[in-house]
Amino acid sequence: MSNLLTVKDLVIKAQVHHPGEKPVAVTIVDKVSFTLEKGKVLGLIGESGAGKSTIGLAALAYGRFGCTITGGEIILHEQDILKFRGDKLRQHRGGQVSYVAQSAAASFNPAHKLDDQIVEVAISKGAMGRTEALKYAKTLYKKLGLPNPETFGQRYPHQVSGGQLQRAMTAMALASKPDLIVFDEPTTALDVTTQIDVLAAIKDAIREFNTAALYISHDLAVVGQVADEIMVLRYGKMVEYGSTEQILYHPKEKYTQQLVAVRSVFKEEKPRTKAEPLLKVAKVTASYDGKVKVVKNLSLELEAGHTLAVVGESGSGKSTTARIIMGLLPPSDGEIFFEGKRLPPKLKQRSKELKRLIRMIYQMPDVAMNPRHTIRDIIGRPLTFFFGTRGKEREAKVIELLEQIEMGADYLNRFPAELSGGQKQRVCIARALASKPKLVICDEVTSALDPLVADGVLKLLMRLQKETNVSYLFITHDIATVRAISDSIAVMYQGELVEVGQKSKILSPPHPPYTELLLSSVPEMRMGWLEEAISGRRMEAAGN
Amino acid sequence: MSTQLIRLILQRVALGVVTLFVISILIFLSAEILPGDVAQTILGQSATPENLANLRTQLGLDKPPLQRYMNWLGGIVRGDLGTSIVNKQPVAKLIGSRFTNTLFLASVSALIAVPAAILLGLLAVRFRDKWPDKFISATTLTAISLPEFFVGYVLILFFAIKLPWFSSLSTVSASMSLGERLHAIVLPCATLTFVVLAHMMRMTRAAIIGVLSSPYIEMAQLKGVSPFRVIFRHAFPNAISPIINVVVVNLAYLIVGVVVVEVIFVYPGMGQLFVDNVSKRDLPVVQACGLIFATVFIGLNMMADVLSIIGNPKLRYPK
Amino acid sequence: MSLARAPLSAKLGLFVVIFYVLVAVFGPFVSPHSQSEIVGGVWEPISSKFWLGTDNVGRDILSRMIFGTRTTLFIAFLATSLSFSWGILTGFFAAVSGGWIDQVLSRWVDLLMAFPTLIFALVVLSIVPINMTTLILVMAVLDSTRVFRIARALAADTAVLDFVEAARLRGESTLWIIFREILPNTLTPLIAEYGLRFSFAVLFLSSLSFLGLGVQPPAADWGGMVRDNSLGITFGRTASLIPAAALAILTVSVNFVVDWLLDKTSDIRNQG
Repeated sequence: MSNLLTVKDLVIKAQVHHPGEKPVAVTIVDKVSFTLEKGKVLGLIGESGAGKSTIGLAALAYGRFGCTITGGEIILHEQDILKFRGDKLRQHRGGQVSYVAQSAAASFNPAHKLDDQIVEVAISKGAMGRTEALKYAKTLYKKLGLPNPETFGQRYPHQVSGGQLQRAMTAMALASKPDLIVFDEPTTALDVTTQIDVLAAIKDAIREFNTAALYISHDLAVVGQVADEIMVLRYGKMVEYGSTEQILYHPKEKYTQQLVAVRSVFKEEKPRTKAEPLLKVAKVTASYDGKVKVVKNLSLELEAGHTLAVVGESGSGKSTTARIIMGLLPPSDGEIFFEGKRLPPKLKQRSKELKRLIRMIYQMPDVAMNPRHTIRDIIGRPLTFFFGTRGKEREAKVIELLEQIEMGADYLNRFPAELSGGQKQRVCIARALASKPKLVICDEVTSALDPLVADGVLKLLMRLQKETNVSYLFITHDIATVRAISDSIAVMYQGELVEVGQKSKILSPPHPPYTELLLSSVPEMRMGWLEEAISGRRMEAAGN
Repeated sequence: MSTQLIRLILQRVALGVVTLFVISILIFLSAEILPGDVAQTILGQSATPENLANLRTQLGLDKPPLQRYMNWLGGIVRGDLGTSIVNKQPVAKLIGSRFTNTLFLASVSALIAVPAAILLGLLAVRFRDKWPDKFISATTLTAISLPEFFVGYVLILFFAIKLPWFSSLSTVSASMSLGERLHAIVLPCATLTFVVLAHMMRMTRAAIIGVLSSPYIEMAQLKGVSPFRVIFRHAFPNAISPIINVVVVNLAYLIVGVVVVEVIFVYPGMGQLFVDNVSKRDLPVVQACGLIFATVFIGLNMMADVLSIIGNPKLRYPK
Repeated sequence: MSLARAPLSAKLGLFVVIFYVLVAVFGPFVSPHSQSEIVGGVWEPISSKFWLGTDNVGRDILSRMIFGTRTTLFIAFLATSLSFSWGILTGFFAAVSGGWIDQVLSRWVDLLMAFPTLIFALVVLSIVPINMTTLILVMAVLDSTRVFRIARALAADTAVLDFVEAARLRGESTLWIIFREILPNTLTPLIAEYGLRFSFAVLFLSSLSFLGLGVQPPAADWGGMVRDNSLGITFGRTASLIPAAALAILTVSVNFVVDWLLDKTSDIRNQG
């Protein structure tokens, strides 16, 4: 059987322009080749900067942000699409190849109804008349499991939920009956329990319509569910290319093996003692506007030297919990105790000593550090502020802290922008630990990092816990992280505590329904997981 | 229209009315709050005590401020704008046809400037970062830096003196036909247009570029939609409310520009009257003119906000 | 950002600004005549004796331009500096404290800005005596509303970033947060805004003087000189265009420098 798509020695360069300097050409994609048969799915996987999205857009002969395709060819239906211009190019885009973007909310035009946007291509390419196209769109809505397929398209994008919008975009991609669809991280912005449904809908639809697809993701477990073949990319170069089975079960390259292994960190659960908990949250309720309660009747306990993971999806109130404990959002009801004493609800009422003992690490290290301060000042400030350490003594302390986070004195004079993502988060950790705190609240500290970098950061956090006996309140949506680092777990849903307990207890059945749903929605690194999870869910639904 | 939309619009209109009300208090009370004796300032140092006392009575300074304000506001609502101190005539009579003259000059300028600015803005975006854009950007940057009187006198020098096509004095009277009137205001109109156009065009360009960099425009391109359709179907409906905003904000600039331009060309409008009476310190006339300018300005801004509320699909079709 | 790599327009602009400042500071010491001395006939043309000609009563235009530059720039500089100190202080304070303080200050500024500056200035100037002090104060007060808005917006954008929250959680004082965390990150746009406000102040003062409500004779200033000589235009005498052009060159130059400072990152010019 002949190939639908052949990409040969593709090279893509980008102009990078630092303010006040001459632009430099950087190679984004370096000699990448692959082929794709009709009806097959190729997964492109890699960390940020791997060039995977750029390759996906190249299939539409499109380059973003001054990217130019400088070498190689892309053959679709035996024609080099890179030579297409004008009308022919427009016929190709949307006609033969269509695109599904990461953020459906931003990619739909807010001014038009969904129907009008979804049938636009089919009509303008002359493939269908309006009535026929609308009828076909309804078939697609039904196929993708959208509610009320007859009237769904009458709505405007902002009137529809995120998961539905992502499915609607898949419908838009399918509406012109293309030969190839490029999915660019279509489920990354969604919660896991939503992701699984969208993923299943996408998989069913491309199978049913026998469309070929490029499926781009940073999550190997997700790609493993939909792809027939997988290509692993790093820094714009191909690392490994093979069948899904080979990549998942017999990876050859070390980098792929690391990706498959996911987490090398695992913490043995510390048993609970009878000691007074370091932090005790007692029946706390809070709201931002005085009406909608974002956290309801929450109770938690955390012992010294332990890690409590608070897990939940968006809207679960887990980040609000962090703000309440930090004193940024005083609760409307309930109390918090720290070392047995009542913690004043407002930050202003708390002593300097309390502020020293409770610190926080943020999700985005980029905005957590002042871009105009050097690493010396960033780590040194808490030393001066809390202990009055200055001069040579402070310098020595800062270097010691830098060594603790596996960086060195070379970094003293650098600014945050000169560090990699992982290094930035390490500096934030050093800044938090500089004041010798007893409790550190970690708010999604690894979510913005690539998996391998995140792994390193988690290892560091655990080593530091062993050395200093600090307690972590770890806020995350990622079950794999929870499994790796926690002693006890609190599951939250829509502001309420679903359950709380030791890790071994929470992670082993029987589970309350929401925990069950959450745990079963986390993609597993094996083939066939999606089908099992979905059918398991259907059986359960039938049983109830 | 949804009830939410109507509520938002009514809120905005109410805010405009309240603002105008407070501004009217400020205008009236400025004589009260500001240091110095108004009567003394008006008459100068050589004033006799009797003159001062007379003027105070005439201005009503012997009555409490609240009562005077209520009288003033009540008069305005009935169309009585007060009486001039200097020539004892009713202010409404002094303003007379001047208001319509100013409105005529400003409207003709707006009629030229608005379409031209949008067209040039679209042109600059179409050739973004290429020479037409760079040329338009450099020219408009220069234009916004030029004072009205520089532009006005250069125009007079070339088109009234060197080439005697127009008069340097823009005299209009009730007996003139529309054609004659238009001919009389060519130079002031050109000056105003030039200054407002530059601002308006730059802001239009920025507004359109803002819309064009949204992901849904990239999506339309990836769907293979034609460039014409990308602009008119995908970009335009979303750009329309920022553009309306730009236009109205700049019409408000026009009001300020018109004051200076009327003085340059000795055009018989409100601006000229306003400035004359500031020099003469004829407080009732100044206050009336200030209030009229403020009303137009606040009205325009209110209109801009109402239009952008209507233009927002998220408000038009709530969840 | 270094000056050496700046575009030609920015270098040229900076050169012009420095030249004007030098003229304002040192010019009067080398000026051929005083600003009010009558030295020749009415509207004498440009000659070796009068480099820029004479004005409507026979004063040397070059000398009046030199003194006029000093007067104009001095008033604009004082008014802008005053409005800036006040506007930034209140703007940052409003953004960092939030709550009712922010509400009260912001609504007050909204109110003042719901009214064109020139119209407001005219109403005020019809009541207070017109002299240098009142001019500076009126301009500074009216302009500080705009500075407040920009400063507040810049600070509010920065204040929500995690590093400011981190400083707050550490227990840092409001002064530390304003001066060490927020100010360094808003300095460039603020300097650019200072340039814009300064050129606006020059323009505004000149407009007032042109209307006869600014600097009072016999002191020279650009707007007043345009007014004095405007009648000459009808006789083809271009004396009034000289101060107007001087003003135009300065504002264009300042705009060139500002454009370079903002480097396309943000266009505060377009935020109203």
